[in-house]
Amino acid sequence: MRFQIPMSGFEALYVFMLAAFAGWVTIGRVPAILHTPLMSGSNFIHGIVVVGGVFALLSAGSRLEQGIGFFAVLLGAGNAAGGFAVTSRMLAMFQASSKPAHAAKKAHRPAAAATTPSGK
Amino acid sequence: MFTFLPPYVVFATDLVAAFLFLFGLKRMASPVTASSGISYAGVGMLAAVVVSFLYCFGVDPAARSQLGTNIVLVLLALLLGAGIAWWAGKKVAMTAMPQMVALYNGMGGGAAAGIAAMELFGGKTHGGRELSVTLLGALIGTVSLSGSCIAWAKLQGVIKKPLHIGGQQVINGAVMLAIVAVGGYVVFTVHGGAELATAMPGWIWVFFAGAFLFGLLMALPIGGADMPVLISVYNACTGLAVGLEGYVLKNPLLMIAGMVVGAAGLLLTELMAKAMNRSVAKVLFAHFGPAPAHKGGTIVGSLKPCQASDAGIFMRYAKSVIIVPGYGLAVSQGQQKLYEFVKLLQAAGVGVKFAIHPVAGRMPGQMDVLLAEAGVPYDMIFQLEDINPDFATTDVALVIGANDVVNPAARTDKSSPIYGMPILNADQAKKVYVIKRGDGKGYAGIVNALFYAPNCQMVYGDAQAVLVQMITAVRGLGAAPGGKAQK
Repeated sequence: MRFQIPMSGFEALYVFMLAAFAGWVTIGRVPAILHTPLMSGSNFIHGIVVVGGVFALLSAGSRLEQGIGFFAVLLGAGNAAGGFAVTSRMLAMFQASSKPAHAAKKAHRPAAAATTPSGK
Repeated sequence: MFTFLPPYVVFATDLVAAFLFLFGLKRMASPVTASSGISYAGVGMLAAVVVSFLYCFGVDPAARSQLGTNIVLVLLALLLGAGIAWWAGKKVAMTAMPQMVALYNGMGGGAAAGIAAMELFGGKTHGGRELSVTLLGALIGTVSLSGSCIAWAKLQGVIKKPLHIGGQQVINGAVMLAIVAVGGYVVFTVHGGAELATAMPGWIWVFFAGAFLFGLLMALPIGGADMPVLISVYNACTGLAVGLEGYVLKNPLLMIAGMVVGAAGLLLTELMAKAMNRSVAKVLFAHFGPAPAHKGGTIVGSLKPCQASDAGIFMRYAKSVIIVPGYGLAVSQGQQKLYEFVKLLQAAGVGVKFAIHPVAGRMPGQMDVLLAEAGVPYDMIFQLEDINPDFATTDVALVIGANDVVNPAARTDKSSPIYGMPILNADQAKKVYVIKRGDGKGYAGIVNALFYAPNCQMVYGDAQAVLVQMITAVRGLGAAPGGKAQK
C-alpha cells in the first residue's frame, strides 16, 4: 500500500482524460512516413505494464499467483525490450538525402520561410 | 531507518518516466528527432523498471514469507522475457515487422490480463468499482492477446485465408453478452458480500476463457489488407488495458502511459480507416466477405504483357518516373534491388519519386520503413495528397505489387466496394507499368480497370526478379551520352 497513490474515481478520470488528450495531440501531427515506428514506439511505451507485473508478483502469496505473475512479467518485459529493439532499429534507418545542404534546407523550410526573403 | 524513503524514490522516478515517455513520443513525431525520442523513452522505462525492485519494501505481511522466491521469479522473468524479445527484435527482417509488432502488442495485453488475474484470484480488489475496472482491463487485455496471436499467424502465413463462419456477428455478439453477464454476476455477488478469492475462481476462469475466445473470433475473419487497422486497434486496446490496470494498482505511471498509447492508437486507427474510406466498425465487424461476385462493371481493353527489360529501358529514357510500391514488394523482399534500379535511373538523369498510399502494406507506414531500410532518403518519398497532382505530368508510373490502391474504380464506379477510397492516380501517367505475380485480383476481390487501360502494360513475375532483369537491361546500355552517369 505504501507504494501506491490511491485516487478517487474522479481523480482517475481527470488523469485519464488529460493523458488521452496528450496522446492524441502528440501523435496528431506525425507524418505518415513515421507511422510504423510510431506504432512500435507507442507499443514500447505500453510495455511499462512490466512494472505493474513486478509489483503484483512481488506480493504474490499463492502458487497460482506466482505462476500467473511470472508470465505477466515475462510478457511485459518482452513487450518493452522487443518494442525498444525494433523501434530504435527502424528509426536509425530513416535518413535524409546525402546532400546535406539540401536536406538542411528542407528540414528548416518553415523557419526559413518565416524569415525575410532577402536572406537568400 | 530511512524506511520512509523508498516510496518517494519510486514516485519521483515514475514521474520522470512519465515525462520522458511523453517527451520521447513528441520527438518521435519528426524524422529528424525521432531516433533520440525512443532513447528518451527507453531511459524512462529502464529507470522505472530498476526502481520497481524497491516494491520489495512494501510487500504485504501475508506474502513476506514468499518474498525470496518472488524476487527470483521476477529476475528470471525479466531476463528471460527481455532477452528473448530483444534478440528476436534485433534479428527480425524488416519485411516481417508487422507480425513482430502484433506479437509485442499481444504480449503487453497478456501482461495486463495477467495482472488482472492476480488481483482477482488473490482477492486483492476491493469494492464494486475497482472490481469492474479490473474485469474490464482483463477483458480488453485478453482480447488483445488472443487477437494479436491470430494477427501474427495471418501475417506470418500460418493462417492463409480469412475464416468466415456463418452468422459471425450473431456468435460474436452472443459471446460478448455471455462475458458481460459473467462479469456482472461476479461484481454483484461480491458486492453482496461474497469473498472474491474463495467463492468466484470458477467464474473468473470462465470470464477469461470467454474473452480469449472473443479475441479469436474477432480477428479470424479479418483479411490481410485490413491488418493495418487491426494492428492499430490492438495497440490502442493494450494501452487501454494497461491504463485500467494502472488504476487498479494505483500506479499513475501505468495510467498515463497506457492512456496516452490508447489515445494515440485510436487516432492511428482512425487515420487508417479513413485512408480506406471505411469506418473502423466496418473493418472490424462487417468484412468484405467471401470474394463477391464479379461486379467490376464493364472493363474495356485487354491485359498487355511486357518484358521486364523493355520496361526498364523505357524508364531509362523517360524524364520522370513515379514508383508506387505495395505489399508485393515486401513479399519479394525487393526493396534493395528497387533502390539500386532507382539509382541507375537517377544516374541517367531521370527524376524519380516514390508515392506511398497510407494503407499500402500490412501496417501503417510499412512501405516507408522498407524504403528507409534500402537507404532511400525520406525526402524522395511522398504521401498521397502531395504526389497525386504530379502523376498527370509524369512519363511513367511503376506500380510494384500494389492493386486496390491504384484502382480507378474507386473514383468512378459507384457499385464498386472500394468506391470513395482515396487512391494514387497512377492511371493518369503517360505510361504505366505494373509488376505483378499473376492476374489475381486485389484484396477487395475486384477487377482493376487500370491493368486494362491502353497506357498500361503488365510485367509478370516476382518483384525482386523483375527488378534484377531491369537493372541488367539498363546496365547493358552502358553510360548515357550526355547523361549524368557516374560510372
